[in-house]
Amino acid sequence: MDQGRGIVGHVRRLGRQTLDGVARLGRAMLFLLRLTPGLPVLFTRFSLVIQQIYVSGVLTLIIVLVSGAFVGMILALQGYNTLVRYDAQSSLGLLVALSLVRELGPVLTALLFAGRAGSAMTAEIGLMKATEQLAGMEMMAVDPLKRVVMPRFLAGWVSVPLLAAIFSAVGILAAYVVAVSDLGLDGGVFWSQMQSGVSVTNDIMGGVVKSVVFGLVISWIAVFEGYDARPTSEGVSLATTRTVVSSSLAVLGLDFIMTAFMLRGL
Amino acid sequence: MSVRGLSFYRDRRMIFQGLDLAIERGKVTAIMGGSGVGKTTLLNLIGGRLAPAAGGVAVDGQRVAALSRQELFALRRRMGMLFQSSALLTDLSVFENVAFPLREHTRLPEPLIRDLVLMKLELVGLRGARDLYPAELSGGMARRVGLARAISLDPMMVMYDEPFAGLDPISMGVITKLIRELNDALGMTSIVVTHDVAEACHIADYIYLLGEGRVVAEGTSAAMQASAAPEVRQFMGGLPDGPVAFHYPAGDYLADLLGS
Amino acid sequence: MQTRTVEFAVGLFVLAGLLALAMLALKVGNMPMFGSGQYYSVTASFGNVGSLKEKAPVMLAGVRIGQVGHIGLNQQTFEAVVRLDISKKYDNLPVDTSASILTQGLLGEQFVSLDPGGSQRYLKNGDKIRVTQSAIMLDKIISQLLYSKAGH
Repeated sequence: MDQGRGIVGHVRRLGRQTLDGVARLGRAMLFLLRLTPGLPVLFTRFSLVIQQIYVSGVLTLIIVLVSGAFVGMILALQGYNTLVRYDAQSSLGLLVALSLVRELGPVLTALLFAGRAGSAMTAEIGLMKATEQLAGMEMMAVDPLKRVVMPRFLAGWVSVPLLAAIFSAVGILAAYVVAVSDLGLDGGVFWSQMQSGVSVTNDIMGGVVKSVVFGLVISWIAVFEGYDARPTSEGVSLATTRTVVSSSLAVLGLDFIMTAFMLRGL
Repeated sequence: MSVRGLSFYRDRRMIFQGLDLAIERGKVTAIMGGSGVGKTTLLNLIGGRLAPAAGGVAVDGQRVAALSRQELFALRRRMGMLFQSSALLTDLSVFENVAFPLREHTRLPEPLIRDLVLMKLELVGLRGARDLYPAELSGGMARRVGLARAISLDPMMVMYDEPFAGLDPISMGVITKLIRELNDALGMTSIVVTHDVAEACHIADYIYLLGEGRVVAEGTSAAMQASAAPEVRQFMGGLPDGPVAFHYPAGDYLADLLGS
Repeated sequence: MQTRTVEFAVGLFVLAGLLALAMLALKVGNMPMFGSGQYYSVTASFGNVGSLKEKAPVMLAGVRIGQVGHIGLNQQTFEAVVRLDISKKYDNLPVDTSASILTQGLLGEQFVSLDPGGSQRYLKNGDKIRVTQSAIMLDKIISQLLYSKAGH
């Protein structure tokens, strides 16, 4: 639509985009509400959820394992380099574990998940819409929200916390290997320092809470963008991009908010 | 099935205004019209995927727009629909696609499902293709699978959205034969939406010609072919100019050219 | 067949995830082993607790036997009152045990170290440790050192 040129045009466009954004948020919210009656699919058609956990969780496992190992090793090297200046290299285990469990594990896993599984989810649902598969289901008296969208949403939500835990665990193990074999630290000190400094209730539960929230938000964005996509190939590719961009931004933004709350002991 | 005084608007653009149709049980009815007169929209209104602005569709005595979601889904189980794109589920094999409605709506034991699916596939001549995936099928085969799926629950009514579009002559002949045979053998009501004159005349018992949101003409295929009404003659004969003008409404040509 | 492989893979995945969580909880973090009723409390007063925090470890001979439960202030003596929650397993600490606040490494966290005495009577819930040594304030020591040097 032509909004005219000059400053007035810009202001109009800006206003229009803002309104569009708010409307989009509202649509996403309503979509989530429309999704909730499909929740029993978890019990009635559990195999559908299992199948989607395979697609979004198991197939993302490789990239999570590899990234987790590398991040752990990098943390060990960088952390050692800094700590050794204060003769505090015995705290390396603590540093690595806290970084992974509280921040890097949940956040990096969420970002990887958005790029690998979230985008695939959007593309799949968008393509099913573009090729009339969803309409076909509706005409076969099958609710695509229950049959297609809900299993993917639930599977994504469940997968992220599990992947994040695996990411952190692998990262810590990789850091341990580097610390002991390469940096010559004592393995016992590595673990004992970690254990005395990492609290299960604050640090580990905090990380789990974060990854549960990230899983919910990414899966929500991914299925919404797919379902809301214009049913054309451009529409689907646009939606896929949007899933990665908005879920990454949402993850980082929410991480900041949750970290702020957690560090203030709320 | 009947349509009474149906009106529908999309973004304030009129699609239908006071449309009246009656479709007889057990017959093949063709709904024809140029591109963009809302033939597919009509099927969506019949299937309850869209809600009319006024008037309504009644299927088997039930007003579609007034049904609750559950009642609508129950009604849809008795309707089959063949989409133009076939709308096969791409992650399922041919067999599973045809089995899909059975698995979703019944709790039949596996051997029975297998038998039913193979029977439907045999009807469309694709029993041997059961393990293929939709991506491996030609357009004609995909449509036949779609047809097998549309009739897998033995519906009372099947809707065909452009079943002849984009097919080679042989596949077209196969589909034509199938629509007619299935209609007669299973005692279903068939609604065929198409702009393909020859095929429609060939299989339809009754033809409605739509234009400008209403029924322009109706009659048996013989009557339609013999009709003298200019709208019918233009459409049936494929004439470039007539009541449906060749030119999109525009200002005076000469003035337009000289004006710039 | 095919569905079985998928189910098996998903089962393994969920197991791996739970295992990772268990490892984080047990091996990486310190599971709160001092649940309610699992410990007894004694108090100790210090002139200065430095940067000692609640939940800091209580060690004896380098072994963790409990944690700091609460840090308060006695408003008569203006001393810090520290409640030590000690695991019930270690119920034979002599009454003349002394407590001191030490630092792990040069810049590490502060913790309470117990030194057992020789008495035959043992500390019970609610008892008070009499002999204590406050946290060493590094900056105070340095400034004292500087003043004494200046005095020479």
